[in-house]
Amino acid sequence: MLSLIFAGAGSPPLESLLRANPRALLGAVVRPGRPLVHIHFLDPYRPLASPVHDLDGRVKFILAVAFILTVSLTPFGAWPVYLLLWSIALSAEILSGLGVGYVLRRAALALPFVLAAIPLAFTTPGTPWLEFPLGPWQLTLTLDGLLRFANVAVKSWLSVQAAIVLASSTEFRDLLLAMRAVRIPRLLVAMFGLMWRYLFVLVDEAVRLMRARSARSGIARRPADAPGRRPGGSLAWRAKVAGGMAGNLFLRAVDRSDRIYVAMLSRGYDGEVRSFATQPVPPGARVTLWIGLALLGLLWLGGILVWG
Amino acid sequence: MHHSIEVKDLTFSYPDGHPALRGVSFSIAAGEKVALVGPNRAGKSTLLLHLNGILRGQGAIAVCGQPLSEATLGAIRSAVGMVFQDPDDQLFSLTVFDDVAFGPVYQGLPEAEVRGRVERALAEVGMSDRATRVSHHLSGGEKKRIAIATVLSMQPEILALDEPTSGLDPRARRGLIRLLGELPMTMLVSTHDLRMVRELLPRTIILDGGLIVADGPTAELLRDPDLLHAHGLELP
Repeated sequence: MLSLIFAGAGSPPLESLLRANPRALLGAVVRPGRPLVHIHFLDPYRPLASPVHDLDGRVKFILAVAFILTVSLTPFGAWPVYLLLWSIALSAEILSGLGVGYVLRRAALALPFVLAAIPLAFTTPGTPWLEFPLGPWQLTLTLDGLLRFANVAVKSWLSVQAAIVLASSTEFRDLLLAMRAVRIPRLLVAMFGLMWRYLFVLVDEAVRLMRARSARSGIARRPADAPGRRPGGSLAWRAKVAGGMAGNLFLRAVDRSDRIYVAMLSRGYDGEVRSFATQPVPPGARVTLWIGLALLGLLWLGGILVWG
Repeated sequence: MHHSIEVKDLTFSYPDGHPALRGVSFSIAAGEKVALVGPNRAGKSTLLLHLNGILRGQGAIAVCGQPLSEATLGAIRSAVGMVFQDPDDQLFSLTVFDDVAFGPVYQGLPEAEVRGRVERALAEVGMSDRATRVSHHLSGGEKKRIAIATVLSMQPEILALDEPTSGLDPRARRGLIRLLGELPMTMLVSTHDLRMVRELLPRTIILDGGLIVADGPTAELLRDPDLLHAHGLELP
């Protein structure tokens, strides 16, 4: 993340990067044509009125996790089951009002991770389909390998869609409540919460640092002062500056965490994260939960029995 | 003689739609020292960030006779020394020397010239012995002085300072006011410290809600308690 922020030591490359690709930073939104002001994080939550948004956060969280679990446990080659799972994801996308296009665009973010599965296509034994040399090696692409790769790709693509619908239709606060409700350790949930809170602060700090750097990135007013040199300094020097900035940011994050901790201690924090007792899940949401779980269970069972 | 800073009908809204500047016009003559005062969120910092093109609103800005544009950005950033409110934002290098050298190195000046400028800038702020120190471990007052040195090394014509005395103890504040008084450049100082304004800056611009509500001799404006009160300020 930091390496992305500090990609350029001079401001013009960074600003032009942001102009060309406004979401280049951490999904940050900087409108094209506008310089660095204050990075508005693209909070994935989209406030809409829909049955999916209204559904209890805990139910959504459990169903999303169960969906991802079902997708990963469905055996290789059970394509009809994948199709049915996709139809569930699609229904949730349409029902939530987010729209299929929105979810699919964001799901493209997961594509680079799928590349990790590419070796599968070459290492699975089976009918050779394509052979080509790569340096000293002879690579054989097998049909079975290709299918396995497609299988992994489909699994991660479906899982990411569920996560996107969950994050876009549930406020972060409700997600934390849901995690607490399913007995994820409180300390871990508290850490997620603090991270979410201070990520924004940290990014703001990085923006202020970059702004201060831009303000001093000028050119010599008398060209004779800098004979035969272009402004901007050498690459190594820029890298050193960027490194200094990253280090600075790290030191400040550590300092800030100390201050936050002291502020927590002075208000009585003793290492135990306490919270209000949560409200029971309303009966209607319970029914949705059980129907959803039963459906996913059936799909999984079908997959195991026929293709397992 | 050209004006150091000329701003005509400057308008700017933040990306969330909040209007920060709503048609601001003024000009500052070379060598003039001007205070920019007003309540929080009046648009003072936003205005300063326009002077060297960090923010780009609608309207015309000329610095040292050059209209601000993509082509003149580099020259204007060398001409306007911007000192930010939080010196920690300004000091991002490993040592004090590296920070003060940043501007000149970026401009591509030869090493001997850079060293000379760093020495002079640190001497001007009285921090010559701190060159090898790590900025992280300096006191607030020292950081502020070094933040000023980081722009002095670029030999700017204009100093734009955002809240220079905030967070300083009385002695550090006094030392800073003396230092600013000795520097000969054109100065635009955004501040809440009206005692410093009275002492140091003969002209005052009051900004409120993104508009200039008063612009005149400091002595005159500071004699008008009703005006000050109406814009969240207090008689010093």
